[in-house]
Amino acid sequence: MTCPDLHRTFALMLLPAALLLSACEKVSSPPAFHATEIREASFGRELRLPDTEGRVRTLADFRGEVVGVYFGFLQCPDVCPTALSRAVEVKRLLGEEGKRFRIVFVTVDPERDTPEVVRAYLDAFDPSFVGLVGSPEEVARTAKEFRVYYRKVPTGSSYTMDHTATTFVYNADGKLRLAVPHTLPAEAFAADVRRLLAEAPAAPGR
Amino acid sequence: MPTTQTRRSLGLALMFGAFALPAWAQTVKVEDPWVQATVAGQKATAAFMKLTADAPVKLTGGKTPVAPVVEIHEMVMDGDVMKMRAIPGGLPLEAGKTMELKPGGYHVMLIDLPKPVEVGQKVPLTLIFTDAQGKEFEVAVEAPARPLKRDHGQKSSHGM
Ligand SMILES: [Cu+2]
Repeated sequence: MTCPDLHRTFALMLLPAALLLSACEKVSSPPAFHATEIREASFGRELRLPDTEGRVRTLADFRGEVVGVYFGFLQCPDVCPTALSRAVEVKRLLGEEGKRFRIVFVTVDPERDTPEVVRAYLDAFDPSFVGLVGSPEEVARTAKEFRVYYRKVPTGSSYTMDHTATTFVYNADGKLRLAVPHTLPAEAFAADVRRLLAEAPAAPGR
Repeated sequence: MPTTQTRRSLGLALMFGAFALPAWAQTVKVEDPWVQATVAGQKATAAFMKLTADAPVKLTGGKTPVAPVVEIHEMVMDGDVMKMRAIPGGLPLEAGKTMELKPGGYHVMLIDLPKPVEVGQKVPLTLIFTDAQGKEFEVAVEAPARPLKRDHGQKSSHGM
């Protein structure tokens, strides 16, 4: 039974307000994340891809930071710039804490998105964002691990990519904790990141 | 009831002596056009704008010196999966109703860019419309290129 249901039922029974509140607290505390919370994820456990400088990166590289992993492609004129602009705004809203928030962008279009172009593209948003460019096989394996859907779709002379626009967020201990939908506003996203940062403090030496 | 738009067209029609010839009066007002700037190596981008037609017409294509291929596209979210598609037959505009082409919805896709579109660059863009009789007409605009990183207030697809 959800809280509003409880409220309605008790209100009908004309029970005192105090009882209502305590009943509600048990159901809904602790306060929920705005994004979809993930516990003990059976997916997104491993990430191992070369970055735009050719170094192989894994989740362990980002301990002490809250990391948002996003799959996209550069010819995407709409959803990807929207998601990356939102991430920049989240970082800004976090203020000083924003230093511990990073986006890791995984291209699902490695045929067209070369490391050089991905680097230039991410720099247009935030130079701290990491770009990962794998071989088509590596990208396929990674997407499968994240349960991310992507597909090449022909349009006229060219092609576009359908792709999952979810941002997968890890806490500072490297645990997958949130699936942030494309439609979540920056303010709510930032509030969730702030909570995650509090959940696992910065690793020593960071 | 006639809208201001229709009345203005009618007024013009009377002035030029073209009495109630609907095919002649058709115009589309284009407001706030902009193109998303690109970085070197990025082969495609999109143009966004507000369109108000004075008669039911369709936006069926475009031309620009910055890209050899121009298509009218739609973004659709299927769950949290983004899909971009060309709109078959063009984007229909209702008379007097402003249609906003914006991130998260419709855009004019500019494809196979031979070189990057720089921030601040004024991109000439000719929009091609098709009227109810199947006749094409053009409206030329100049769309300034805005940075890839959108200002917070500018993003419009987050439902806020
Ligand atoms: Cu498009």
